[in-house]
Amino acid sequence: MRTLALNDNILMSIDKPARYIGGEVNAVMKDRNKVEVRFAMCFPDVYEIGMSHLGIQILYDMLNTRDDIWCERVYSPWTDLDPLLREKKIPLFALESQDPIRDFDFLGITIQYEMCYTNILQILDLSGIPLHAAERGEEDPIVLGGGPCTYNPEPLADFFDLFYIGEGETSMLPLVDAYKANRAAGGSREDFFRRAARIPGIYVPSLYEVSYQEDGTIADFRPREEGVPARIRKEVETDLSHTYYPEKPVVPFVKATQDRVTLEIQRGCIRGCRFCQAGMIYRPLRERNLDWLEDMAVKMLENTGHEEITLSSLSSSDYSQIQPLIEGLIEECGRRHVNISLPSLRIDSFSLDVMNKVQDVKKSSLTFAPEAGTQRLRDVINKGLTEDDILNGAAEAFRGGWTKVKLYFMLGLPTETEEDMRGIAELSERICERFFDEVPKEKRRGKIQLTASSSFFVPKPFTPFQWATMETKEEYLRRAHLVKDTFFRQLNRRSMHYQYHEADVTVLEGVLARGDRRVARVIEAAYKKGCLFDAWSDYFDNDRWMEAFTETGVDPDFYTRRERSAEEIFPWDFIDIGVTKKFLRREWEKAMRGEVTPNCRQQCSGCGAAVFGGGICHENSHAV
Amino acid sequence: MRIRIRFEKEGSLRFIGHLDIMRYFHKALQRAHVAVCFSGGYHPHPVMSFASPLGVGLTSRGEYMDVEVEETDSSRDMIERINETMAEGIRVTGYRLLPENEGRKHHNAMATVGMADYLVKLKETRPLSEETWTEKIACFLSQPEIVVTKKTKKSQEETDIRPWIYEFRRKPEEDAFFLRLSAGSLKNLKPELVMEAFLGEACDRKNLAICRLDLRTAEGLSLGDLGEEIP
Repeated sequence: MRTLALNDNILMSIDKPARYIGGEVNAVMKDRNKVEVRFAMCFPDVYEIGMSHLGIQILYDMLNTRDDIWCERVYSPWTDLDPLLREKKIPLFALESQDPIRDFDFLGITIQYEMCYTNILQILDLSGIPLHAAERGEEDPIVLGGGPCTYNPEPLADFFDLFYIGEGETSMLPLVDAYKANRAAGGSREDFFRRAARIPGIYVPSLYEVSYQEDGTIADFRPREEGVPARIRKEVETDLSHTYYPEKPVVPFVKATQDRVTLEIQRGCIRGCRFCQAGMIYRPLRERNLDWLEDMAVKMLENTGHEEITLSSLSSSDYSQIQPLIEGLIEECGRRHVNISLPSLRIDSFSLDVMNKVQDVKKSSLTFAPEAGTQRLRDVINKGLTEDDILNGAAEAFRGGWTKVKLYFMLGLPTETEEDMRGIAELSERICERFFDEVPKEKRRGKIQLTASSSFFVPKPFTPFQWATMETKEEYLRRAHLVKDTFFRQLNRRSMHYQYHEADVTVLEGVLARGDRRVARVIEAAYKKGCLFDAWSDYFDNDRWMEAFTETGVDPDFYTRRERSAEEIFPWDFIDIGVTKKFLRREWEKAMRGEVTPNCRQQCSGCGAAVFGGGICHENSHAV
Repeated sequence: MRIRIRFEKEGSLRFIGHLDIMRYFHKALQRAHVAVCFSGGYHPHPVMSFASPLGVGLTSRGEYMDVEVEETDSSRDMIERINETMAEGIRVTGYRLLPENEGRKHHNAMATVGMADYLVKLKETRPLSEETWTEKIACFLSQPEIVVTKKTKKSQEETDIRPWIYEFRRKPEEDAFFLRLSAGSLKNLKPELVMEAFLGEACDRKNLAICRLDLRTAEGLSLGDLGEEIP
């Protein structure tokens, strides 16, 4: 039997000890003496969140198919365990072997959102690994970062040895092989970094230097030596129907946030919403084969015993085989008493029919994401959803018995006016009115309940809006209050509920998203002041972050409030996502003119993603 | 058909709480292709009921759940099949067909629980001879009443637990205490409470390694003896 890293006294004194004991069904156990490479895969948030993440499951499965590699998992110790580990000097450990992370060869950290940056430092700190890559020695694990935030890795550059840019299926194993080859050749850590820098998709921040202009913008970014590529192209798995996928995902003992089978039906998105980073960095759209998906669904359900399955993609309705896929799943899952949780499908007669079959209409709600309150602003952001689409979809749903509606908006989008803000409440009002028009009094089962929520827009790298200026916290709140006031003035105000996200965390996210290497010291200072679990509103402490900015002399406004010129070199420009900066700039300019761009199925806009030689760009060979 | 499953929990599985064990078995029985009957509706759930919840931190050799199935193979085959899909530390040891009650609703596992047996070890053993322990126990049990403060989520109340202690003796061969206590939904007595009353100030809960050995009916019959093996 395994010996646990934490003793009974500790486990009995903390919340959900099952987060730390491993041993779950399908967790991979190997003999530590018979493997050559120990890999710790980390999601820097609490276990229940980390265990819900598909990407890690794919990589865990892929690495463990190799007999010479043992990939294990590690998550952020919750705030009750953190002080105990420090006080008792217990090094952070991996769940499977319960061995200290610092004894591993690799620590791979997936970086999914900016507000987990202090948690990354906690992981390093508790593991006993120096926070700065420059201070690590031959005995320390190689600290590797991956995931969407590595499309601007610069604020974290000081803390990582390597970044993996793009999808993990392609270069992870070559990277581990390079590590083994380097060790066999008696090479040092530095030697390995040089080998790694030659592997597609691998960025070694220490091998690059940045210089700044007087105004604080980047003057130059270049490799320090010959043989290190000046640009890093993201890795793409072009054939998603012949690649790794976790047939036997780990089944947590405690209820994970996603306590279900996740079936990733496609990657990428055809839509081209101008605020959306995922829509650009995961281009081109690549679908998985229908038979493959059906086969995988059955295997995963059999191997986990999960009671529910969900589809994962950026826009499931755009999957070309969505109808046969869902119909097949309804049949298969019905037989197995498995629930189907449908992702946000576009509301139309097909999706309403399907939802009617798998959900309780009285309890479930319809979800729309208009993102903006007026057609003008929806055109600016290239959200291909018209007011008619929304109202007609809602009308059809109301006739079908639905009474609950959820609407998602963003405030602070480029060019936003007070009319756009008021439009949020006014569109909501028109949806309510439609309910009373469509459903005769005698047929009404309950009253319409509409919930509108707005987040504040954060410009992200590699989007057409990467040039956008952000507002101040005060201005965000003013806009939210204006929307709220407008809701109060509507006829159906009693049927509507409006909520908005926090404004201070938005500003911080904005700094981290488009930050450069100088932001690292702010993150470190904030962590040392006790900032942790910043993604959790109970723990987020804006004042401490603001102190960290003051103390390090970094001005947040430089990153959020400044106008960026067309010529400015961005910290992330050295990354090549296929989609060109020229295309993004063209889209920004079209946005300013309120012009829409067709989606990839309607017409190729020549974004540049065709270079990967796969996906939708080559399906009809209509790429420009 | 109603099946009573007996299972054990040991090692790190003692940190998995009751609700999570229920979820665990929902999934485990699916993995093992047990033909569990489901309730209807949009969120069908398997027709299962668990006997008395086991506290976090305790191991057990005698946990029970009843499950309604559409069909079944022999007890031996079913035990083997379920155990193939189990996590380390949890194991099914019994699988018996419960008798049909004529006209009456089944008594579920929880409702029939009347007492529970425990084995309690002190992790840091105190150098006391078996004779001394036996004397101390006799002295403890001879009290007319043993009043302790029972804490529940809502309140705390003074209770005389003496009538709920059916057996309390040393098991020298295991260097442990054996306790048979009242259990179930009405008069549930936790072994920790008895040990605290017995050892007084010196008792540290963290020093107790408690294993539940079995659950019994009010008449003293093991829940695992009900029903019959399926050949």
